[in-house]
Amino acid sequence: MLRHLDDELKELHKDILKMGVFAQEAIFKSIEALKDRDSQKAKEVIANDGNIDELELVIDEKCIDFIARYQPMAGDLRFITTGMKINAELERIADIAVDISEKSLELIDKPLLKPLIDIPKLSTIAQSMIRDVIDAFINRDVELAKKVVFADAEADKLRNFVQDELVNDYLAKDPTTASRAVPLLLIARYLERICDHTTNIAEDVVYMVEAKVIRHHREQL
Amino acid sequence: MDKLIESKNKIIINNLNLWYGDFQALKSVSAEIKEKKITAMIGPSGCGKSTLLRVFNRMNDLIEGVRVTGEVIIEGINIIDSETDLVTLRKKVGMVFQRPNPFPLSIYENLVFGPKVHGTITNKLELDELVEKSLKSVLLWDELKNKLNKSALGLSLEQKQRLCIARLIAVKSDILLMDEPCSTLDPQATTKIEELMRELKNNYTIVIVTHNMQQAARISDDTGFMLLGDLVEFGKTEDIFTKPQDKRTEDYITGRYG
Repeated sequence: MLRHLDDELKELHKDILKMGVFAQEAIFKSIEALKDRDSQKAKEVIANDGNIDELELVIDEKCIDFIARYQPMAGDLRFITTGMKINAELERIADIAVDISEKSLELIDKPLLKPLIDIPKLSTIAQSMIRDVIDAFINRDVELAKKVVFADAEADKLRNFVQDELVNDYLAKDPTTASRAVPLLLIARYLERICDHTTNIAEDVVYMVEAKVIRHHREQL
Repeated sequence: MDKLIESKNKIIINNLNLWYGDFQALKSVSAEIKEKKITAMIGPSGCGKSTLLRVFNRMNDLIEGVRVTGEVIIEGINIIDSETDLVTLRKKVGMVFQRPNPFPLSIYENLVFGPKVHGTITNKLELDELVEKSLKSVLLWDELKNKLNKSALGLSLEQKQRLCIARLIAVKSDILLMDEPCSTLDPQATTKIEELMRELKNNYTIVIVTHNMQQAARISDDTGFMLLGDLVEFGKTEDIFTKPQDKRTEDYITGRYG
């Protein structure tokens, strides 16, 4: 039997998907800005953040309204509660894209410290993790969600590599590189943080589908 | 996490079958009802939940053509056994119905009726004490202590339902069966009865049948879902309502059934 509330759940699904696309776009653009030394793109990311915040509030309100009116149970309950968490994680991811854009703006008018190789790589990992996790959410695909959880280790490794390189090869040798090295270091950290939020979403998806808590229990994977 | 304290089983149901003539209303039901806990039975109309409840004090015996097999063990005794003393059983296992059914007598007489019939107490002083204790346990004493000789029929629905529960307490039932006890009550009165149930579970084992899933989720420790005479799923309430194992349970509690 199709229920009236299924239509509302479908709407919510669409909104969360939209939120995911926004977040993905924000990261993509913030890194493009850095690579292409395009301050316009960085400013767009910063300007668009208000729309993402707006959508976060709309989704939150819809979820609360849904709980109040339907008192969802079982699968519906797990969908709504994870939907709320995913919404918050995506908003946070978009905020981090703003942080990256701000650091990119700092870097754009200075000569490059070194060719950008690993940061774009890290950004590619972050973007594909987000894409996968949104797909996993939409298709209730637990295997894909688990893949996202495992991908996080690669992001950590790359972040550490970038960090070591910037500290040992530049900052330690020549402290005057700080104004160019520190923003890059922060961007690497930001990208890795995005992967952490994405991992949280993947864990939420597993809970939503299988009612299994893998958060803080990786051994359950 | 709280230390897990194993609860004692109060009612053990073992491969219970029940027929009304040719119609099988219960199909090999097995479950364990824990002592001093609230167990809720949910399911669509006609699923057998009220029939199951009525097995616990043999109320189904009143229906022509009923046949029961299997075991329902309460304190070591299989109450399905034809030799079971029904008076003792029904004293021990009391029942509260959908519509409160006080006797058309005074509040006081309602409460002492059972003990008098059972002949357990005859002394006036003891009866007075019993009335006070029973009314106190359903939180009605302060409201009614000066109206004990008034007719019970003049009480509000909620007070009547409380009085019916007090009547069971007066005969020292220790298992309380409740068949939709709040379905005629408004939300406020429902909340009050639910609060009372929480109080009572310190001393009593409660089994409630309800159509109100939120009510089952709010008050029960264990929940059973029944469908077409089968006990489809039985377990901790929090598990049944957040992660049911059976698709039929999921469909029912999320409103997809039918």
